[in-house]
Amino acid sequence: MSLWEAIRSALSAIGANALRSALTMLGIIIGVAAVIAMVAIGSGARERVTGQIKSLGANLAIIQSGNVTQGGVRLGAGASSTLTDEDARAVLAEVENVTAAAPVIVTRAQAVYAGTNWSTQITATDLDFFTAREWGVAEGRLFEPEELRRGEIVAVIGQTVAKNLFGEQDPLDQMFRIRNVPFKVIGVMAPKGQSALGQDQDDVIFVPLDTGRRRIIGRNYARDRSVQTIMVKFASEDAIAPGIADTTALLRQRHRLPEDQDDDFIVRNLTEIANTATAAATTLSWLLAAVAAVSLLVGGIGIMNIMLVSVTERTREIGLRLAVGARQRDVLAQFLIEATTLATIGGAVGIALGVGAALTIARIANWPSVISIETILIAVGVSGMIGVFFGFYPARQAARLDPIEALRRE
Amino acid sequence: MALIEVHELSRIYSLDSGSVIALDRVSLEIEAGDLVAVMGPSGSGKSTFMNLIGCLDRPTGGHYRLDGVAVETLSSDGLAELRNRKLGFVFQQFNLLPRVDACANVELPMVYAGRDRKIRREKALAALGRVGLAERAHHRPMQLSGGQQQRVAIARALVNEPRLLLADEPTGALDSRTALEILALFQDLNHEGVTVVIVTHDAEVARHARRVIRFRDGHILSDQRQEPADARAALTALDHAPPAAEVAA
Repeated sequence: MSLWEAIRSALSAIGANALRSALTMLGIIIGVAAVIAMVAIGSGARERVTGQIKSLGANLAIIQSGNVTQGGVRLGAGASSTLTDEDARAVLAEVENVTAAAPVIVTRAQAVYAGTNWSTQITATDLDFFTAREWGVAEGRLFEPEELRRGEIVAVIGQTVAKNLFGEQDPLDQMFRIRNVPFKVIGVMAPKGQSALGQDQDDVIFVPLDTGRRRIIGRNYARDRSVQTIMVKFASEDAIAPGIADTTALLRQRHRLPEDQDDDFIVRNLTEIANTATAAATTLSWLLAAVAAVSLLVGGIGIMNIMLVSVTERTREIGLRLAVGARQRDVLAQFLIEATTLATIGGAVGIALGVGAALTIARIANWPSVISIETILIAVGVSGMIGVFFGFYPARQAARLDPIEALRRE
Repeated sequence: MALIEVHELSRIYSLDSGSVIALDRVSLEIEAGDLVAVMGPSGSGKSTFMNLIGCLDRPTGGHYRLDGVAVETLSSDGLAELRNRKLGFVFQQFNLLPRVDACANVELPMVYAGRDRKIRREKALAALGRVGLAERAHHRPMQLSGGQQQRVAIARALVNEPRLLLADEPTGALDSRTALEILALFQDLNHEGVTVVIVTHDAEVARHARRVIRFRDGHILSDQRQEPADARAALTALDHAPPAAEVAA
């Protein structure tokens, strides 16, 4: 019997019990669909996390001021402004493999333009910030060193601010106000999207550090040179850990901390956090795939179950086939092909469903949809193998029947 | 050389409660072209004998040659090939595949013989013609009467041109008139040269054979030649006989 004929005969046997076959296939359909959808969702989630991490910039550490102790009470991070822009300059100059060190002050304020206004984050910083974040302008330009030095009243705005404040208008060279100070827009940042924490990174206005201090926060430049954070970029991932140790030593020395006193700042390795997030996403996708694989396994057991029933029901048919000259391997092949056909059809339907589900979920969750050809090929292969694996035992039972017993069975 | 040569053939079943001797050192020969009835009550060993000469079972002792082949030396695949090429089976319950039409049922032995589709179809239609069912080739078993189903089964048994047609209670599930038709068909086939062995417990069936072998307790009780009753003539007589009610009146 040719393979094609064997498959046709298997299809006719499957069609003879259409409802039962459909219910049996349902197990495989759900299993395969689940595997494809779950793997797609898992890799989509991972891709998103990786994308967000990339948007943050690679090899970053953040130094936060604070954690001072007053009368035995430890006040925690950010409680006091112990860092200065001079610290930032010192880190860039003295610690090895540091490519950028940006002093940062962040506050919230209302930006007003003509009839509209918009509450947004104001980030006062210098050019190192854009180097560290690997972020440039879409239109216009970044600050000139002269503007930074003199604390001129200019701003570079994020895409979200541009949209909300200026709408369809070109924001370049427009004047708007923050706390009644008129700022000129000199640039619009390229879009960056959501951060790993779900924050809109484009909802921001950048101003020169000193401009922010004096004009928005209202501090006296001469007396107070403090900043909230310093963003440090290292040359490579391997340079981060020794770099952080050197930075800590340098800042302790600059802050003249006695040996028995805690650091009055905190250094956070963002790459480490990013790696943890990626690892978590990877674990999640493995977990999803494992759950889906279990449902595929259950589907396979369903096939084995129904094939065993089928062998029992068709004992006389098997007896007859043996009597007219079928060899054991003919009967084995017949039932194996039947189980494999059942599993493969289920697999095909499952793929269609799984791809559909993955695309739908990706659209709803606004994730990149990652449906790889590999996943589909593996799903087809696995469902075929499930047919062979779970079909083998029933098929062997059939092939080993004694023709006399089989013919006598009612 | 006889078609079937059986020498001291034994079949002992080992059960938990001890062993049962189903067939005890039976020797006989069946010539090609004969029409033989194998008779005996249940437990006489006739079914065991049929299973052995049908190559469905292996003897525990003795020798069996079918058409010159020493059957007891064959592997399970060898037995399957022998059943396929040299034997045709007809069963009491017809054993047709319900999902496919008569023609596909008849093709089945040729499928396992590895014939290609076109030849299979041609030969299956010819075999159906031989049993008088050419017009029913594309009916499914459910659409056929019992007698017609048994004819399909006979066509299936004949299609590989076997050396021996082996029928196990072929009329057991049929009414007496249809049974006569089937017996007439066996007699016709026999006249055309087909060797037929019918296993039955029914003396009426055995009357139509040329030779009757009776089994009891695993031995041959008697082995007689006889002038067979003519099934075709009995059918003709039945058709011309007045209805039973008129005779009574």
